[in-house]
Amino acid sequence: MSLATETGPVADVVPEGGDVHDSGSVARLVMRTFLENRLALIGLVIVVLVTLFCFIGPLFYKTNQIDSNLLAASLRPGGAHPLGTDDNGYDILGRLMAGGQSSIEVGISVALIATSVGVLWGAIAGFVGGAVDAVMMRVVDVVLAIPVVFLFIFLASVIQPTLLLLILVLALLSWLGPARLVRGETLSLRTREYVQATRVMGGGSWRAVLRHIVPNTIGTIIVNATFQVADAILVLATLQFLGFGLPPPTATWGGMLANGTEYLFDGYWWMVYPAGILIVLTVLAFNFIGDGLRDSLEVRLQRR
Amino acid sequence: MTGFILRRLAQAVIVVIGVTIFTFLLQHLIPGNIARAIVGPRATPAQIAGFNKEWGLNQALPLQYFSFVDHLVHGNLGYSYKQNRSVDSIVAQYLPRDVLLVGSSLILALVVALPLGMLQAVKRNRMPDYVGTGVSFLLYSMPTYLLGLLLIAGFSIQFRIFPPSAPQAATITGILAHPSGLVLPIATLTLVSCALFSRYMRSSAIDSFTQDYIRTARAKGLFERTIRNRHVLRNSLIPIATLVGLSLPSVLTAALMVEYVFNFQGLGLAYYNAALTTDYPVELGITVLIGVATVAGNLIADLAYAVLDPRVRYRSS
Repeated sequence: MSLATETGPVADVVPEGGDVHDSGSVARLVMRTFLENRLALIGLVIVVLVTLFCFIGPLFYKTNQIDSNLLAASLRPGGAHPLGTDDNGYDILGRLMAGGQSSIEVGISVALIATSVGVLWGAIAGFVGGAVDAVMMRVVDVVLAIPVVFLFIFLASVIQPTLLLLILVLALLSWLGPARLVRGETLSLRTREYVQATRVMGGGSWRAVLRHIVPNTIGTIIVNATFQVADAILVLATLQFLGFGLPPPTATWGGMLANGTEYLFDGYWWMVYPAGILIVLTVLAFNFIGDGLRDSLEVRLQRR
Repeated sequence: MTGFILRRLAQAVIVVIGVTIFTFLLQHLIPGNIARAIVGPRATPAQIAGFNKEWGLNQALPLQYFSFVDHLVHGNLGYSYKQNRSVDSIVAQYLPRDVLLVGSSLILALVVALPLGMLQAVKRNRMPDYVGTGVSFLLYSMPTYLLGLLLIAGFSIQFRIFPPSAPQAATITGILAHPSGLVLPIATLTLVSCALFSRYMRSSAIDSFTQDYIRTARAKGLFERTIRNRHVLRNSLIPIATLVGLSLPSVLTAALMVEYVFNFQGLGLAYYNAALTTDYPVELGITVLIGVATVAGNLIADLAYAVLDPRVRYRSS
């Protein structure tokens, strides 16, 4: 192009990254292939249904999840209690709704916070490189070496967990995944021409990182974030099952499983299976969505 | 090659040091006076002074860390006052059982998952793949303890084939004398690991199948079976080594849940019980151990990767 005569930014040259500025059609392509993927669609529908069930359900189906009612304890499903009651007299269906709220809130919050922190950490490490990169990644390695559950059990034996604390700690332990991922992508992207062009034009490193590198890794980041929601819900259910989650009488799915286990083997199946099915369904749905997104992104990459 | 090994070793050492710093900092999260929390509420001032002296708690923070490391290097993981024995003896007692549980599950999982993943890749998007992926997804989305409970409900309560809890013998030989009690715990851990590994293997094998050199091999006229065994299989196994190493923390977490559900006396259950009784030395000692084990596992996995894939050695030099 006529670089010699242009005085402003060279707007005619399409950057090597291709679709960066043409995000409209790329997003549409991703959306189209995603929606064609049946499993991903099913996952999306399940997530929407479960969210409605947990947050809108209690508006229509009111139960008392705080005061126990031992006269109505361990009732079979039927009549006033469609899924029966547990050993404290709480209605199971209502408890499922209440429990789901904390699970979904924690899952999504953790994924959001962990992804934001992790993306920045990884992008900076990958972009700056050198010793800073080495140090930042060793920190990631150190925290990754100790399993989340073990760490959380220790923390729970030291402090009493609240919902906010739970979210913060889980997020603090989950940002490592996105950090590693984004660092890898940054390493490969920073040698691209448009990033070098940014530097040549006088743009600072922050500009290069935020406006060029991060948007191009957004696909992988979103896929990873979806899987993180699934993982967070699983870890939360595990912690609640072990008794290190939210204190009673807060309703939680994992807590319901823990409570119901003693009774499962005596035939009180409704105390365990509904909660278990909901956990598996929700996590499965997020996994389907994540897989579908990943496949859609591969299509986009192939189209380049 | 030696350059790569040395660099990787140096990295591992740094991470191990990081783990010790991290655990040391965790110790300082303990509220109140550490000595009092560990020795107990009925500790006499003399005992507290003795504890402080041994662990250097009267000194500045960095010096405390050095005395902490000094203890570790001499193999002293701490002393549990609640159980009245050293953490080392607890580890020595429970570690072999964990090796048994985790070791046999990992081996079984690899033996099953790798061929399964390969099969799924070969029959991609046909019935065997869908079934395999579906089952993998299901197992992967299920909390480990739920799987354990379902197995107990099915095989112990409904059909009474296997006992619902693990053998409680004091020695390994005693445990091995009751193998029926080991079946369900090992099966649970194996199934969970299998779900993870077969997914890795499947995507790794699919990646290998789409490589250009496979296209060349087919153009050359090689039998599909030869292509599969000589080229695809070997090349897809390479990333599996690192991935298995990286999944060690998840496997250990799953092992903890299995131990909890089946009452298998291993390190995971010991850790859990220590948390319930706020037995901090045991918790911290096991944390360091797990951290070091994970780093060692990753190191071995990376070195294996370097041995199997020459590109890694040359690229990073």
